[in-house]
Amino acid sequence: MSSVVGLTRATLAKDLRLEWRSKDAINSMLFFSLLVVVIFSFSFDPTAEESRQIAGGLVWVAFLFAAVVALNQTWAREMRNQVLDAYRVSPAPPNALFLAKVIGNFIFVTVLQALMTPLFIVFYNLRALGPAYQLPIVAVLGTWALVVNGTFFAAMSLRTRSREIMLPLLLFPISIPALLAMVEATGAILTGEFSAKFWIVLLAAYDVVFTIASLFLFGFVLQAE
Amino acid sequence: MTSSSKTLTAPAVVVTNLVKQFGRFAALRGVSAEFAPSRLYAILGDNGAGKTTLLRGLAGLTPPTRGNISMLGTTNLRSVCGQLGYMAHPSLLYDEMSGMENLGYFARLYDVNDKDRRCADVIRAVKLDPSLTRPVGQYSQGMRQRMSLARALLNDPKILLLDEPFSNVDVRSAREMVSLLAGLRDSGKTIFVVTHQASLLEGAADEFVWMEAGQIVSRTPELRPAETRLETR
Amino acid sequence: MKRVFPILAVLTGVLLSYALYEALIAAPTEQTMGDVQRIFYYHVPSAWTAFILFFVNFFASIVYLIWRANKADIVALVTAEVGVVFCTVVLVTGPIWARPVWGIWWTWDLRLTLTLVLWLIYVSYLVLRRFSSSGQTPLLAAVLAVFGALDVPLVYFSIWFFRTQHPQPVIGGGGSIDPRMLHVLLINWLAFSCFAALVCWSRYRLEVLRRDVDETLALEALLDPQAGQPRRAQTKTSSTGSAG
Repeated sequence: MSSVVGLTRATLAKDLRLEWRSKDAINSMLFFSLLVVVIFSFSFDPTAEESRQIAGGLVWVAFLFAAVVALNQTWAREMRNQVLDAYRVSPAPPNALFLAKVIGNFIFVTVLQALMTPLFIVFYNLRALGPAYQLPIVAVLGTWALVVNGTFFAAMSLRTRSREIMLPLLLFPISIPALLAMVEATGAILTGEFSAKFWIVLLAAYDVVFTIASLFLFGFVLQAE
Repeated sequence: MTSSSKTLTAPAVVVTNLVKQFGRFAALRGVSAEFAPSRLYAILGDNGAGKTTLLRGLAGLTPPTRGNISMLGTTNLRSVCGQLGYMAHPSLLYDEMSGMENLGYFARLYDVNDKDRRCADVIRAVKLDPSLTRPVGQYSQGMRQRMSLARALLNDPKILLLDEPFSNVDVRSAREMVSLLAGLRDSGKTIFVVTHQASLLEGAADEFVWMEAGQIVSRTPELRPAETRLETR
Repeated sequence: MKRVFPILAVLTGVLLSYALYEALIAAPTEQTMGDVQRIFYYHVPSAWTAFILFFVNFFASIVYLIWRANKADIVALVTAEVGVVFCTVVLVTGPIWARPVWGIWWTWDLRLTLTLVLWLIYVSYLVLRRFSSSGQTPLLAAVLAVFGALDVPLVYFSIWFFRTQHPQPVIGGGGSIDPRMLHVLLINWLAFSCFAALVCWSRYRLEVLRRDVDETLALEALLDPQAGQPRRAQTKTSSTGSAG
């Protein structure tokens, strides 16, 4: 077990170092996220009252699009020079690789969110009328939900044609309950009209179920040629 | 040059009726062979003969459609993968990291003891400089090949699977690599080399294995001149 | 076994005709909705049939993951295809029913939304099967099916709670149902199930045949070195170094 933790850490460190060295991926992603926020703001121009009700949906859809672009990059580095084969041939457990990728993506998407959120607040004059402390909880659980399945399906897409479109195609239907929960929870917190508790619990359940399922089944996906 | 005659020892690799099909294309059409330990095998043949597919099958990367592979006495390839070293035509290295950084990571995968020293030793063994901080992506092709070989040697594997290790390597470096491999063979490793440059292994390889159309057609201890090569059945 | 298929086919034909008669003519007219309500006898049984087929798909996928049985993969493929068809029926009849009766095309009705999500998941399943390389398809598809099945209870609960917070009309009405209508509903469900079984069976046999043909062709390629090989020039191996 300790080897999984150690290997996850080593792989994550390696990925972060590589990401840092080829900064073009981060920069273009950040700019893309900015564009998404601006486009959305042009498309939906609500009053302050309305915006609190729909902001949950807007924000998470924007995050989803940014996340998909980021997720498609996930395995790209491992496919160059077929480095993934080097991992597959080694005795290292597949789960360490998966966890490292998920955590790396989580960090990456969170950085994007950190950029996009203040912009949304500014463009939509957002203010939380409900318990604002719940917002980071929703953000963490929701992002993990997207990223854990996204990383898994991105790995599955490697073995398919049209792999860039395969990822959202597989990810979106399965993510529907999580998306609904994220949107409703955010809306509930911003408007203060409902309690977000049920949605937070649902998100947590979703995260647990799919993290376990992914860990169980990733080995199969990795060993598929 | 073969090592002194051995008493009957268990074969390192046994392939039984190995078939590999990709859809309708049969890359391997029933390969059966035994390979003794502590030998250097050169695997030769035209493009499409199945050499790379065979090597990938031995490495555990491509599950066979039919047939069996037994390595070091077991058919559970996953259990012995820590004792394999694999090198392919792509470099299997991260372009943005230096040689030491690359090997440091792969050493973690194999749980190698005394990581840093082992990495430096292995890099020196392929006649490269461990202190080089240049990212591998900026290496010449020949240097990349040698670094890739170093990666394959990290875990001191009992069996080495090398696919085209000498391509794009200058003749002198190639000869150095061959004598390195011969030395490894003498110390007990079983080495499989797929190559188009058979002459480089003349004198070093114990056996030349010829493949054609997905089958092994002959195995000879010497590299014969092209005219007298056995015709395919 | 050969006799069962025609018997089933005849039985299905009889049941479907009888069910049609019952649904369109014999069943009592609903008091508020009128004759439009009769689409209920297609909407609901299709949903039940689809859910059962997807359940079988989940089961077959698990069997494949554990035992790698080729037959299990075929069952999974077949039930997914037929299930998607029945799902489509539900999604089409729902709005057709809703529009004249409630004045709206769509509502986040529990059954309807669940069907929509299942439809999406299984269409993506079929796309995955089509787009992946043939060797890996059964494995990847089985994994996706497991994910889909794990998703279903989460979808159910999320929609259920959503509806408590945002009350929406219910298509098909809740509450009790006239026993005569229930009778017609069950007849239709039986007929649909037989029809689904018939179609699945045909598709299964077709797929088995198709795979047999593929295997035979693959075997031929195995024996004949010329078949299926990429074209390459016949060269003798040179003793000097040459490019790979």
